[in-house]
Amino acid sequence: MAQSNNSIKKILTVAFALCIVCSIIVSTAAVALRSKQQLNQELDRKTNILAVAGLYETGTDVEVAFQEITPRVVDLRTGEYTDQFDAEQYDSFQAAKDPAQSRTLSGEKDIAGLSRQENYSTVYLVGDPDDPEQVILPIRGQGLWGLMRGYLAVQGDGNTIEGITFYSHSETPGLGGEVDNPRWKAQWEGKQIFAEGDDVQPDIALVKGGASAETEVDALSGASLTSKGVTNLLRFWLSPEGFGEYLARFRSGVAQDEAQGAATDLDETEGA
Amino acid sequence: MSAPTPKGVLTTPIFKNNPIALQILGICSALAVTSSMSVSLVMSLAVIFVTAFSNLFVSLIRNHIPSSIRIIVQMTIIASLVIVVDQILKAYAYEMSKQLSVFVGLIITNCIVMGRAEGFAMTNTPGLSFLDGIGNGLGYGFILMTVGFVRELLGSGSVFGVTVLETVQNGGWYVPNGLLLLPPSAFFIIGLIIWVLRAVNPEQVEENEFQMKENTQPKEAV
Repeated sequence: MAQSNNSIKKILTVAFALCIVCSIIVSTAAVALRSKQQLNQELDRKTNILAVAGLYETGTDVEVAFQEITPRVVDLRTGEYTDQFDAEQYDSFQAAKDPAQSRTLSGEKDIAGLSRQENYSTVYLVGDPDDPEQVILPIRGQGLWGLMRGYLAVQGDGNTIEGITFYSHSETPGLGGEVDNPRWKAQWEGKQIFAEGDDVQPDIALVKGGASAETEVDALSGASLTSKGVTNLLRFWLSPEGFGEYLARFRSGVAQDEAQGAATDLDETEGA
Repeated sequence: MSAPTPKGVLTTPIFKNNPIALQILGICSALAVTSSMSVSLVMSLAVIFVTAFSNLFVSLIRNHIPSSIRIIVQMTIIASLVIVVDQILKAYAYEMSKQLSVFVGLIITNCIVMGRAEGFAMTNTPGLSFLDGIGNGLGYGFILMTVGFVRELLGSGSVFGVTVLETVQNGGWYVPNGLLLLPPSAFFIIGLIIWVLRAVNPEQVEENEFQMKENTQPKEAV
């Protein structure tokens, strides 16, 4: 028995049969569950967006609540909306890896530690897309241990912060990991991105020893480097390198008219 | 060794012959996933499932596995089961699978699964092997849940996510022990569990490999 088991023919037969059976099982599981998994990922992303806009509580029907939100793709260089991509499908993380759709960042410009940045990014408009109550911006940057990814909700004036959330990060639990703490996140509401009289470079920052100004938020205790990472990534994404141009349009009131024009175009395409 | 009985293979791995506490296998994941109890529970269930079914399948084809490629055969079976578990978690427990991240995939390298397949399933009947897998998974789960309980209670002041000790960060009185949220703390807890288990079952204590000589005086080398 043992002898015949070790013949080359038997070894090959067993190996081949096993591979076939196992690969069928694995691929069946992967294919059968794929749609369910994609739904979960989508739901997770939407939940995060709703949470940062303050529209999510446990038990909220995400799909229903998300109908209030319109995704749009923004050209970061000009701050204008573009209809070049389908906002539902556009993946800015993929775009950031594609040399044709992104640019390299280096040295002083790259304060968020991204090394590549996409040219177009998806924003989410809450309420009337022509005159949104809130704009939700995707943000990301290096923390202490790795990339932190999240969303920042800014009110329709392009300056007041509504909320912040990080949906993926690898900061130290209990210290930097407190970026998830609801109490810490709560103090972001109402903070100003730009100080009076300075409209180009964002002033928002995490400070030690108690926030005093409208542009200051309490840093995380025991997590200087995570706090610094959050400050840097916000300063990057809110500067003209990131969404600065786009937000400036809200502050000057241009975006409303633009959006109105673009929204009618979109309606027409849908009708056709 | 006496012939294994169904009840024996199911219960001895929990206290008497615990895979983590006595055989010191599968420590890596026990450190990594035990910072909260719900994650520990899902991980335990995943390991119970994988160990039980890998034992079952290995045992079913044990008479046909050529000894020269038996480790690869076992690995293939284990890996397939782990991928299936991973896919199921992603589909039905997405939040959980995000927290478990790579550790579900790393069940493949968990020595307990491999150890039982090679050490038990290769020489025993499918039914017994299946029970042995469940037993060893339970032994693993027992340690995971105990460690998870201590770490979550003292590290974040909660049990299964339900707040028991209101922490300072949330406006309570309890200053959480940050060390317990970090993986190395599990070493201490597992060490203490091993101490308790060996105090209860002295036969688990290993013989000293060498005897320290009594009353020796340290002398400086001349």
